[in-house]
Amino acid sequence: MSILINKDTRIITQGITGKTGQFHTEKCQEYANGKNCFVAGVNPKKAGESIFGIPIFGSVKEAAKQTGSTVSVIYVPPPGAAAAIWEAVEAELDLVICITEGIPVRDMLEVRNKMKKREEAGGKKTLLLGPNCPGLITPDEVKIGIMPGHIHKKGRIGVVSRSGTLTYEAVGQLTEIGLGQSSAVGIGGDPINGLKHIDIMRLFNDDPETDAVIMIGEIGGPDEADAAVWCKANMKKPIVGFIAGVTAPAGKRMGHAGALISGGADTANAKLAIMEECGFTVTRDPSEMAKLLKALLK
Amino acid sequence: MKIHEYQGKELLKKFGVVVPRGVFSNSVDDAVKAAESLGGKVWVVKAQIHAGGRGKGGGVKVAKSLDEVRQYAGQILGMQLVTHQTGPVGQKVRRLLIEEGADIKKEYYVAALTDRVTQKVAMMASSEGGMNIEEVAHDTPEKILKVFVDPAVGLTDAQATELAKGIGVPEASVGKAVAALKGLYTCYMETDASLAEINPLILEGDGNIKALDAKFNFDSNALYRHPEIVAYRDLDEEDADEVEASKFDLTYIALDGNIGCLVNGAGLAMATMDTIKLFGAEPANFLDVGGGATTEKVTEAFKIMLKNPKVKGILVNIFGGIMRCDTIANGVVAAARETHLSVPLVVRMKGTNDELGKQILKDSGLPIITADSMAEAATKIVAAVK
Repeated sequence: MSILINKDTRIITQGITGKTGQFHTEKCQEYANGKNCFVAGVNPKKAGESIFGIPIFGSVKEAAKQTGSTVSVIYVPPPGAAAAIWEAVEAELDLVICITEGIPVRDMLEVRNKMKKREEAGGKKTLLLGPNCPGLITPDEVKIGIMPGHIHKKGRIGVVSRSGTLTYEAVGQLTEIGLGQSSAVGIGGDPINGLKHIDIMRLFNDDPETDAVIMIGEIGGPDEADAAVWCKANMKKPIVGFIAGVTAPAGKRMGHAGALISGGADTANAKLAIMEECGFTVTRDPSEMAKLLKALLK
Repeated sequence: MKIHEYQGKELLKKFGVVVPRGVFSNSVDDAVKAAESLGGKVWVVKAQIHAGGRGKGGGVKVAKSLDEVRQYAGQILGMQLVTHQTGPVGQKVRRLLIEEGADIKKEYYVAALTDRVTQKVAMMASSEGGMNIEEVAHDTPEKILKVFVDPAVGLTDAQATELAKGIGVPEASVGKAVAALKGLYTCYMETDASLAEINPLILEGDGNIKALDAKFNFDSNALYRHPEIVAYRDLDEEDADEVEASKFDLTYIALDGNIGCLVNGAGLAMATMDTIKLFGAEPANFLDVGGGATTEKVTEAFKIMLKNPKVKGILVNIFGGIMRCDTIANGVVAAARETHLSVPLVVRMKGTNDELGKQILKDSGLPIITADSMAEAATKIVAAVK
């Protein structure tokens, strides 16, 4: 098993005909069961055509209806990306993964509030992963996103991180010492996003085929601390934690829009301290994440 | 992106927030003319730089005659203004705002910003205007009031009234404070700001409410739809190297250490900086080359890092995913040659085609040190610069 996605997931690609969408769709198709998983694309101007053998539909709703897909991945450029998320929500998908980087914060605020209101009114709850994220992968089954498939190995360790390459770093270390992954999830570096560390930790906790988790965070915002507090009370599995940005100065945006220290509580040191208090095995040396995790396994 | 106070006040005014009458000037003569045109007996001469704390640094003076306006404008224009936000070198003052004097009865603080937890816009207000708000938040958090605004609804009269009354605005002026708060909120949303702060918002003797200062920051992701905000950009206020880097789609931030680092991905870049510190040195910069690191981008990245005279060594850390390590290796070799690199260089490459990449570095004949892990790379570069 795994979290959120597996070899039976059927996926719609929004923005499939753009340069980025095309490039990554091909890579995703090539990986494991990708050929069977990626069954639809969306572009209102190219409905009826196909690309890489994948039929293109005029809307997400139509694509979902025709293919039975429950998940979508978005490569739509920033000006239209929030509208693409909303279209997927209105099509009542289970999960939307938004890879797009550079969406205006206001657009994300508006779509997130619309999503919450829809749920409160009794509408279907659609999960959002991202934006500005690498996506997620269940090794040997399916990869949805831009991560390099070949560094992964099927196994029983969960990985969650805001950053793309830092996720790959953790995965690479695990694979190198023979530890495979159940799923690896990049939640993205934006301040207003969907699934957070706490949500992914819940899923890993409930997944019978995940034995332990590497949780990676960054400076800025309260998400890692919130997850740590939840884990202290609920998590039944060992966790290795790392926070990037001990050397990051306050008030400077370190690449990711969300990686900005705004007070005393969201520095790397503060987050490392609370994670340690909550029972994580924390490290300040990102080179030893996998090694530490291995030591925690019985 | 940040803007100046006088620009922020122009924006606020557009959205119905009352601001003192004022005129921008960039010469002493113009400053005096500005004061003459404003009339009255008291003027405020205000240095315009992007950093806060200008008053304490001597960048804001109250003039009681035109001669004093001339005198203060002369002192402030061209000075290196040092505040708690500028660093010890300070920032050169090139622009002034000449404003009419204000009859301050009470100072408040109001601000709009995006709250990550509730995913709403937080409108904040405090009776402790004119103070450093971080200190107020730390010492007396109960004096900061907040309401959370659903962007689909906007700031309601009830919410704005709650804030105005909560910070002690006298009954007769509550309506004016509500108008100021609603103007601030609308301005924040319509301009895609990431922070809009008025500190202080003042109550005058006649009961009027005015914005005496204006601090804005804008969401860089949204600038494409705001040419009017982009027009406010003042490159003199930004770090020249950071601006240069952004032209090549590189994210560069100068720091105080002596080891330059070039990394792909923001999270990994921070982790690399942290590892350098962990092994006994300090990073000279944050530099994210992003996803598609071409030879040109790597070369520009080297040039920008090497402009910093403190740099005594460079650490390249690349996790090759879609981007292949052999491509990066070729870029690094070309960059080292083109910049006639004379400081030690450690390269750590992992991921797609890493062995091929290492071979390219080896075959180059350049004295490039390679490493397998971040820890090994950091150990080697720290040893090499000592």
